[in-house]
Amino acid sequence: MNPAAYESTFFLALRRMRAPLITLILIYAVSVAGLTLVPGVDAEGHPTRMSLFHAFYFISYTATTIGFGEIPYAFSEAQRLWVIFCIYLSVIGWAYSIGALLALLQDQNFRNAVRLQRFSQAVRHLREPFYLVCGYGETGQLICRALDQLGLRAVVVEIEESRVSQLDLHGHSMDIPALAADARQPEVLKLAGLPHRCCQGVIALTNDDNANLAIAIAVRLLAPALPALCRAQSVETASNMASFGTRHIINPFDKFGRYLTLALHAPAAYHLLEWLTGIPGTVVKPHRDPPRGRWVLCGHGRFGKVMVSMLEQEGIPVTIIDQAPPAEGRERWVRGDAAAAPALRAAGIEQAVGIVACTKDDVDNLSIVVTARELNPELFVVLRQNLQANQALFDAFESDFTVVPSQIIARECLAILTTPLLVPFLDEIKQRGEAWASTLLDQLTQRFGWEAPAVWSVRVNADQAPALAHALAMSAGVAVPLGNLLLDPHDRSQELECQALYLTRADGSVVMLPHRHTPIQAGDRLLLVGHGVAQGALELTLHNENTCDYVLWGREIPGGWIWEQLARLHACWQGAGGSTSGGGVKPDPGGVG
Amino acid sequence: MNLEKVVFGFFIVLAATLNFGFFIGDLDNPIHHEVYELFAAIVVNLIATVLKFGDRTHIGAIHLSTSLVADLQLIAAALVWGYSLHVTGAGMTPEVTTKVVSLSGGALFANVVSVVILIAETIMQKR
Repeated sequence: MNPAAYESTFFLALRRMRAPLITLILIYAVSVAGLTLVPGVDAEGHPTRMSLFHAFYFISYTATTIGFGEIPYAFSEAQRLWVIFCIYLSVIGWAYSIGALLALLQDQNFRNAVRLQRFSQAVRHLREPFYLVCGYGETGQLICRALDQLGLRAVVVEIEESRVSQLDLHGHSMDIPALAADARQPEVLKLAGLPHRCCQGVIALTNDDNANLAIAIAVRLLAPALPALCRAQSVETASNMASFGTRHIINPFDKFGRYLTLALHAPAAYHLLEWLTGIPGTVVKPHRDPPRGRWVLCGHGRFGKVMVSMLEQEGIPVTIIDQAPPAEGRERWVRGDAAAAPALRAAGIEQAVGIVACTKDDVDNLSIVVTARELNPELFVVLRQNLQANQALFDAFESDFTVVPSQIIARECLAILTTPLLVPFLDEIKQRGEAWASTLLDQLTQRFGWEAPAVWSVRVNADQAPALAHALAMSAGVAVPLGNLLLDPHDRSQELECQALYLTRADGSVVMLPHRHTPIQAGDRLLLVGHGVAQGALELTLHNENTCDYVLWGREIPGGWIWEQLARLHACWQGAGGSTSGGGVKPDPGGVG
Repeated sequence: MNLEKVVFGFFIVLAATLNFGFFIGDLDNPIHHEVYELFAAIVVNLIATVLKFGDRTHIGAIHLSTSLVADLQLIAAALVWGYSLHVTGAGMTPEVTTKVVSLSGGALFANVVSVVILIAETIMQKR
């Protein structure tokens, strides 16, 4: 529903309370006026009339069924007659008003309006950076969980009500505002925080390519500075998105095809890439490298087509098994049911080295590879898993590669969002040779193990690293080596369990694998890999000036302004005394002849 | 002709006339100010207020606020009247009458504004 419609329902609801309220006012007015007009008698038996004040008091407690008795004097029979009438009138009035109020609260439109109001309020009050996630399917859930673990906030828009209510069950540590609405509508995106100054990016993950396209356009026009990460399953959508400058288009099949070709011709580079982009906490298992030779592919769908073209680019002959008649220009094509042995034999499974099972049906895929393994136990198996729910089955079958589109997208999104420097570094890996990647992989996995490491970026500026930026400004030209920065803030003689992979300077120059003597300058951006503990420790160094000074120079700075001034005075005294201290020595600009 | 508009206009004008009826007369003479008229003015004003609920326009908002002001003033007048008659037992002395009537005078001004807005709105309608 349109958000504007929600708002007008709110006013409509208010209007619907008009009739019950007016009824109540009229009932009170008639009762009170009547009571003052009906003749009564006072304690001495003189005829009297009730004052408006007493009448209002009496009606107030009678209508609300409190009932204090007859005041100020016992009622005459005529007054009692009128009061009987008033009592029933007020009961009817209240029943009608409360009934109308309850009906209003039960009204679906009204409840939607209230929910929308709460959602937009929750989004408006966000004061931390957050990501707008459109689509809370399998991929969306993976992303939200990972963002939650990384301590980043998210806002979810999902078209299906049932999935939104699942969100509460998933037990995130942070509150994730969620709305059941169509993200294709720009109004919905606006409410969900697209123009919010804390919004860091939009992730479009719906399973509808058109919806993702609509979100991409909306982001491009309404918030051009924000990065949009969009899932695209067809090539047409991807090229359409690219045409108006969507920065990150993620096609899971294309991505996996690239991974596989990388694994085919540069296994070490592939392993390095997988290790670096693994979801933190998971163990990346080194698996055998895909062999070269004849391959069999079952299911010539979207994924199948991408895989065939990628494999053929690598010069690998592929035989296709599909129910459909052969596509034009294809020679090696077996028409039939890939799950049955005859079709696999006809495709030459006994002589093949690898098989790709990539139909849309998980059960079909599993039955294909089980049959194929029986015919040829040495096969290299690439298996497509469509649904996260079938995880147990796929775990039980030990394939060489299991392609889970939702995981591929989630990993890619996280890599782009949390560590912007990772993407250029990964590109660099592909450029450098296999030998280089192999050395680096050995070195890193020996130091940090095969568990997926924490990979993070640091920017040396007043905002993200205030203490370091201050120290650099005060160092007055003395170079600050990178090795000093990566020391343990608790004990300077220990190194932190992390390593810098990539450094970009403010002027755009790049240092691959900077070593410990590389100087740090203001405006640098660093890509680091290591343990999560080291990330926290480095964070402390970057933010706390005293810690930073200790880590960089080994000086213990006294805390507080007065002690700082005293220490400065002390240093001056020592300087006047002629003794040389080990403090920062300012380099003299070389005399120019 | 729109029945809703008839009812709306009726209550707004009636609120103003009743208020005026109570207000008119010597400021401190209780004989000139009938308490039932004050009661009727309060009831009609409350109804007029509720009728203005749920209007999203700018004029609707001003309408509602003038009505709320009138309600506030009239209820204050009724409180003063009830307090001095029943709590302190002073009765309708000239001082009390002056207080009640001047409070209702303030409400009258708000009601007049309401009527002016109603007229302006009607003139703006070109149909």
